[in-house]
This record gives sequence, C-alpha cells and structure tokens, in this order.
Amino acid sequence: MSAEDRWIHTTPRKSATFDDYAISEIRRAAATGIYDIRGFGAKRKLPHLDDLLFLGASISRYPLEGYREKCATDVTIGTRFANKPITLKIPITIAGMSFGSLSAQAKEALGRGASAAGTSTTTGDGGMTAEERAHSSILVYQVLPSRYGMNLHDLRQADAIEIVVGQGAKPGGGGMLLGHKISKRVAEMRTLPEGIDQRSACRHPDWTGPDDMEIKIHELREITDWEKPIYVKVGASRPYYDVALAVKAGADAVVLDGMQGGTAATQEVFIEHVGLPTLAAIRPAVQALQDLGLHRKVSLIVSGGIRNGADVAKCLALGADAVSIGTAALIALGDNDPHLEDEYRKLGTTAGAYDDWHEGRDPAGITTQDRVLAQRLDPIIAGRKLANYLSVLTLEAQTIARACGKSHVHNLEPEDLVALTVEAAAMAQVPLAGTNWIPGQRSG
Amino acid sequence: MPTIDLATTSLRELNGMLHRLQRDTNETHWRVLNPRGQHAIAVGLDAPVLVEIEGHVGYYCAGMNKDAMVIINGNAGPGVAENMMSGQVHVKGDASQSAGATGQGGLLVIDGNAAARCGISMKGIDIVVKGSVGHLSAFMAQAGNLVVLGDAGEALGDSIYEAHLYVAGSVKSLGADCIEKPLADQHRAELSRLLAAGGVNGGVDISGFRRYGSARRLYHFHIDNIGSY
Repeated sequence: MSAEDRWIHTTPRKSATFDDYAISEIRRAAATGIYDIRGFGAKRKLPHLDDLLFLGASISRYPLEGYREKCATDVTIGTRFANKPITLKIPITIAGMSFGSLSAQAKEALGRGASAAGTSTTTGDGGMTAEERAHSSILVYQVLPSRYGMNLHDLRQADAIEIVVGQGAKPGGGGMLLGHKISKRVAEMRTLPEGIDQRSACRHPDWTGPDDMEIKIHELREITDWEKPIYVKVGASRPYYDVALAVKAGADAVVLDGMQGGTAATQEVFIEHVGLPTLAAIRPAVQALQDLGLHRKVSLIVSGGIRNGADVAKCLALGADAVSIGTAALIALGDNDPHLEDEYRKLGTTAGAYDDWHEGRDPAGITTQDRVLAQRLDPIIAGRKLANYLSVLTLEAQTIARACGKSHVHNLEPEDLVALTVEAAAMAQVPLAGTNWIPGQRSG
Repeated sequence: MPTIDLATTSLRELNGMLHRLQRDTNETHWRVLNPRGQHAIAVGLDAPVLVEIEGHVGYYCAGMNKDAMVIINGNAGPGVAENMMSGQVHVKGDASQSAGATGQGGLLVIDGNAAARCGISMKGIDIVVKGSVGHLSAFMAQAGNLVVLGDAGEALGDSIYEAHLYVAGSVKSLGADCIEKPLADQHRAELSRLLAAGGVNGGVDISGFRRYGSARRLYHFHIDNIGSY
C-alpha cells in the first residue's frame, strides 16, 4: 500500500448490526433452511443481577460478625396447604432437567450433590428414574404437558410436585429431544419409538387456563392425600399476573424462570428473543404476592442465570424465598470444562461456548445418552463438586447477608441494594447508585 | 357394600377411604351417591375394587386410576380417567373433553359421545367410544387404541405416533401425519377384542370400520416437512 493509498482507504470496519455471529447465522440458515437449535440459555448481554450492588453496613446499620454470629439459610416450602412441607437447608435448589436430556450418571450426580447440601433436585420431561429417586433425599416431581413417564407410583413417592406451565428459555414453547438421545431406555420411559425426534406439547392435555389449573391442582392434592407441596413453574413473561393466578389456583410455591434459564434444546430465536430477563421479573412477582398478602407464605423460587452467592443474595433481597440452578449445576458437574478443549474443538466449538447439548455428543458425559461418553462422568465425584459449589454459593450469600446485618438470608431486602444502571434501577425498583431515584417512582 | 353419600360426606373423606384400601380388602364394591358434578372423585385408586358413582361427575373423575373399576352412571366432565394406569372406567353417559388423556393403560368405555381431544397423548390406554368424538382426538397419541363407533371431528390423530385408531363413522379431517391404513386380519382381531371388552357384542360390522395411524413422516425433523409442524 502506497503512502497515498493510506489516505483513501479507511480501516476495515465490521458492522455492529451485522456482526460476525449475525452473518454466520444468515449463512447457516441459507445453507440448511431450518432454524438453529441449541441448548444452554440466552447468551446475549442482558440487564442482570450484576447491575445491582449491596450497600453493606455503615453507621446506621450493624453488621454481624462474619464467622461467629449465626446467619440462617433454611427454607420451608408448602406450609400453605401441604400436610408434609419440605425444609431445605439452603435457599438453592436444583432445577428440573430430564433423564434423556441428561445421562443417568448426571441425574445421579445432581441427586448426590443436592442431598449432600440438604436441598432438593427435580425430575424433568421424561419421568423419574430409580437412580435419581435413590440419590435424592428431596425430589420434586414435574408434571409437564407431555406427561412422559407420568405414573401414580412416582407421583406418590415424590416429596413435592411441580406443575410446569412454562420455562424461561422458551415461554410458550414445548420441548424437543432429538433422536440421537432417544435411547432404548429413554424411549421406553416415554412410550416412544427409539431414535425418533421427540416433540413435547406446549399446552397441558387436560386443562387450559387458570380456572382449570386450580381444579388440576386440587386433583393432584386429592391423589396424594394433600401431603405434598405443589409448585407452579412459569417462564418469566407476565410475572405479576402469572404469579397471582398461580396463587389463586392454590400453589404452595411459584417457580419463576427468567430468560437466562437453560434448556436442553430449543430454537435459538426462542432462547434469545422471548421472555423477560430474570432481573425484570422478580419485583412484579413479589408485588403480586404482597398484594395478595402471601409474600413469604407462598414461596417464590427464582431461576435463570444464577451463578454465585451474590446472585443468590440479590434474588433473596428482591423478595425471593429461594433460587434454582440448572446451567450452573451442570457446569459444576463438569460441563464446558477447559480440560476437554481438544474434544470441544473437534465438535467445532470451544470450552465455555459448547451448547449443542441436543446432539448427545457431550464429551463431559452429561448431556448425552451415549453409553461410552456417559461413563466418563463419575456420579460420586461430580456430586461432590456440586455439593462444594452449593456450599460456596451459600457461604457467599451468608457473607453478604452478615455484612448487611441479617441473621437470616431472608432478612435481606431491597433497601440493601442499589443499581448501577438506570435500566436495572427501573427493573429492580431500587435506587440508582448514589441517588435516591428509582425510575418510575417519585423521588424520596 | 359401603355407600358414601357426597351430600353428607366430603370428597376428601371419600378419597381418603378409597386410598386406605389394601389390595386384599373385603370392601370390594362401593357406591357413591350425589356426586353433583364434584371434581376429582375416586382419583388415584390403586386397589382392585369396584366404585359405582350414581350421577354426573366433574373434572378428572378416576384420574390416574390403577386396578380399580369405576362406573359413572351419568356424564363425566373434562379429563375423565386422565393418565389411567390400569383397570377400567365406564362412563354410561357422555364425556367432556380430554377423556382418557395421557392414559398409560387400562380400558375407558364411554357409552355416549366424547368431546374434543379424546385420547390426547394416550400412552397405552384402550378407549371405546360408542358415540362420536370431537376435534383433535388422539392428538399426539403415542400408544394404545381408540375405537369410535360414531364419527370423528376435525384433525383426528394429529401428530400421532404409534396408537391405533378405528372409526366406524365419518372423519371430518385427519391431522398432520395421520393417514388411513389397511384393516388387516390382525387389526380386525384387535378391534373385535376391543369391542367385546367395551361391551359391544354383535350388531356391529367390523368391516365397516376404517383404521388410521401414523405416516411416520414427522418422526424426524426435516426441512421438507416444516409446513406440517
């Protein structure tokens, strides 16, 4: 390039709109004619819990001594209607993930880790396996639209029941499990032909709308002699009304899953463009409970992008009773681990970005039904890792709670928080840092 | 024979009594009076007993039934015998929508008509409807048999898997991936068995039935089938 040319050519500049990913997706769509399917949750930058900060103690707020003064973490769910409520030692549960999307070893590891930490794990779309029941001291049984593997025996041996209306990664969408993962055992549990691409309905087969749901909950209570807490899980879309309707229908707990929540497989366009971020969903949900006089009586369990104890503490401070983790739990088991980088590269990806969970070729042996791959995951070691991770989340949440002067993590409150951005201040309804301004509310 | 009057006994008491029955109980025949459309009557039974309900029932009567025989001398609301595991449920009148939904096994007999979504997501249950069924019956039906002596509404067997559908009357339309199939000897034998089990003895010409099932074109996602989803 001559000296003159340097003045007539600008530096090559890529479009912020048509970035590398957008261009690659257009090329992929043109080549295949079908939408992209993947696992994981939303990957785009969203307003999130990172946009909040705790204030901690000051002259007007006393902290608790970090290692000597008690900061309790227990949560009891089901006191509204269930004769046998469940008590968790920590305010962190394991979200519903199916045997089928996950290997039997992974399900066992989730049960082991959750049990060691004193919390619950949850079945998924495909029924309950003997392994997860045996290794889960507290097991929540999901009732999904597909009713795959649903049976009276498993319903009665569950510790709680979760009616799944929606999922944060795809509110309004059904499930899918592609043929690579419909092994003989998975097919038998779901009464499906082996190796087909399985579709799951998005609507329940025997009820529509909140009035029917109330009758459905009543039926489940009658079948189980009113023993078990009943949760209703919704994807975050209209949290105020969905929570109010779930409460009106008789739920003991509402699980609110933000759009960062993971999925085993769905359309990329669904994951990234439908639903509310977790941060935006919590306060309307809490408001619904408060308006009904049932905050802390009907439990609110928040999920979608929970990664560390700060996220846990922030959700609790905004009014949740507990959080639930899915993607983070899989990472704790070994998903996306850099030591598998060579194998991820063979799959056309890299550690930290692997999301083709639907293809069943997971080198970590977690999101697969391949016998050889699944055997790579030692459920005892993986379960221990999950227990360690849950312990760290709890310790971190306690650390923050003590610094805010709270003797129970449930005593955290919005007053303990400020927001770093105007958007987060509006969504979380806490002041913008350094001000007393909450967008949408009168200044104090 | 225990007789429970739901005008004076609560539903909870009734279901509790039925749930406490041991499999070898001597109280094998129960009558339930004045159901008055209550929901969730006789749900979750798991003993081989007979429960006769004298009147109309609401939603989910005999839901998740296992081993018991439940006779409804009246009409049934939505979701009768939903997710039935085994045993038998007999509706002497008409049934509302989602009759036998997701049923895993057992036999559901409806003497009258069944509304929309009869046999939706059925997973092994046998259903015999002596009247007609509404739209989207046998939607995503996975396994089991649906026999209809009358007509079927729109989109019969939409997205069906391996269930067998037999209809004597007209079918308004077939759903995605549902096609008519030949009525071979083994199907005649199966149909004959189902009709007998449903109490239809004689007077029905088996050769007048048409059989429907899955074309299996939607078993794998393929760009050429995208318009069917």
